[in-house]
Amino acid sequence: MKLCELTIHEAHDLLRKGEVSAVELTQAVIERIVEVDNQVKAYLTITPEWALEQAQEADHRIAAWRKDPSNPLDPLTGIPLAIKDVICVAGVPTTCGSKILEDFTPPYDATVIEHLRQRGAVILGKTNMDEFAMGSSTENSGFFPTRNPWDLSRVPGGSSGGSAAALAADECLGALGSDTGGSVRQPAAFCGVAGLKPTYGRISRYGLVAFASSLDQIGPFGKDVSDCAIMLQAIAHYDPRDSTSVDVPTPNYAQALIPDIKGMRVGVPREYFVEGMQPGVETAVRAAIERVTDLGAEVDEVSLPHTEYSLPAYYLIAPAEASANLARYDGVKYGYSRPEVEDVWDAYRQTRQNGFGAEVKRRIMLGTYALSAGYYDAYYLKAQKVRTLIKRDFDEAFRKFDVLVAPTSPTAAFKIGEKVDDPLQMYLSDIFTLSLNLAGICGISIPCGFADGLPVGLQIMGDAFAEEAVLRVAYAYEQATEWHKRKPVL
Amino acid sequence: MDKQGQETKLSRVEVEHIAELAKLNLTDEEKEKFREQLSAILEYAEILQRLDTEAIPPTATVLPLRNVMVADEVRPSFSREDLLANAPEAENGCFKVQAILE
Repeated sequence: MKLCELTIHEAHDLLRKGEVSAVELTQAVIERIVEVDNQVKAYLTITPEWALEQAQEADHRIAAWRKDPSNPLDPLTGIPLAIKDVICVAGVPTTCGSKILEDFTPPYDATVIEHLRQRGAVILGKTNMDEFAMGSSTENSGFFPTRNPWDLSRVPGGSSGGSAAALAADECLGALGSDTGGSVRQPAAFCGVAGLKPTYGRISRYGLVAFASSLDQIGPFGKDVSDCAIMLQAIAHYDPRDSTSVDVPTPNYAQALIPDIKGMRVGVPREYFVEGMQPGVETAVRAAIERVTDLGAEVDEVSLPHTEYSLPAYYLIAPAEASANLARYDGVKYGYSRPEVEDVWDAYRQTRQNGFGAEVKRRIMLGTYALSAGYYDAYYLKAQKVRTLIKRDFDEAFRKFDVLVAPTSPTAAFKIGEKVDDPLQMYLSDIFTLSLNLAGICGISIPCGFADGLPVGLQIMGDAFAEEAVLRVAYAYEQATEWHKRKPVL
Repeated sequence: MDKQGQETKLSRVEVEHIAELAKLNLTDEEKEKFREQLSAILEYAEILQRLDTEAIPPTATVLPLRNVMVADEVRPSFSREDLLANAPEAENGCFKVQAILE
């Protein structure tokens, strides 16, 4: 096996035993990026020299640990990771996939990056994404589309498509993304990797460029469930710099990885199996649910009656928040600018017109409309009330069930260009994921089979701060199957 | 009116009004495209009106609303130089903007 193909926990074992150094591991992954990224195009920025410096530092830590093993070696020390380009890394360009931030270099690290660096993780670079995380295919990147390693004519999903594709192509050992409506889980499903969206408030958003502040949450991608747990452990901490970070203790997530789910109560929401789903997706997910039943879980049907209202509610709330958050891009403090224009209002108009891409403008327009005088009550306020109903559906379901299971997306990866001119069709790709963001709860997507040769994701949803239940069911299923070991041929 | 002659949610004038609120200098082509696409999305959003939400409180955030208080003390912060490093135009340690007063 090549070093770049290792999981985080496998690489950690080799680093501990001294069978490989962090520099060798990082070098192997950089070579892999050089070998395949011209096809996959997962990265916007790679920082190979800096990565090797970090790896050297990690090797010093490992040497020090070997002399004095009284403190355990962190499982992320010396592990090469990819970071979605919406998360600030000091001194490294952070573009959010947008021309408007093409030349922006943040002067500080996001809190999650501080946590990773304190643990000696190695940052390889920044991954491609839909502009400002708005999209489901990474085609809305202001620079170039990323391709799905399983079929280069298809999308990797989005908006964290670069992180998911980089991981599936072994161009990193783990990755961070962000999930506002499914942007970690849907690309994880499309690329055949695991992707976790933590509970709202579990992870600090400090240094995460804002899209929709009441929905955004950073989440890890792993080659398996254990790797997701390792990364979650590193980043799930209260942060006084984010007022929406929740001050609750961080559990030991490794202890949740028990391959036994006998007696766990698993609900199957009937509204998540809809007409128009790709037949192969439904077949794979139904078979996975059978497997969960065989493992001894108590599986039963449940209803989330307001499911069909999630998509319209989301597409009023998220654009409304985005239109306010993106008002900051005025060409004054950072980013693309038209300072040569004399009139200040014209400078704003031209900066934003030239700097933003089509989907971002579309959502700013939609959100501005939903918040504008005369429409606020009919659209924005109405959507917020429906959000309450959606949350109540989940509250009710989690009284009876430990987790819910469903497909992550109604289809497998679609062709590049297939949906780019039809926003509503594109939005439907997130129909099973965005309810969780509205309700603020957690969920993971893990590989559960293939449809027409493309990976299918099983979504496991848990109540707020029930990441342990989600990880446990995901881990038990994964241990009983081999899907996570399949790799695309590049 | 759209191509089929049906009433659409948004008029051209409304699209121009929203674009001005959002400070976007849209092209004629974009105005037409967004008028059609946003109308279709808003049409779809009409299904929300089926729900009686008279007695339902809105959810702006899933967290209990609270204020976070911090001690009022001087702490280290970013250097002016670092923050101005990304500025398109800076002068005398300040961001430079166009004149806003005659």
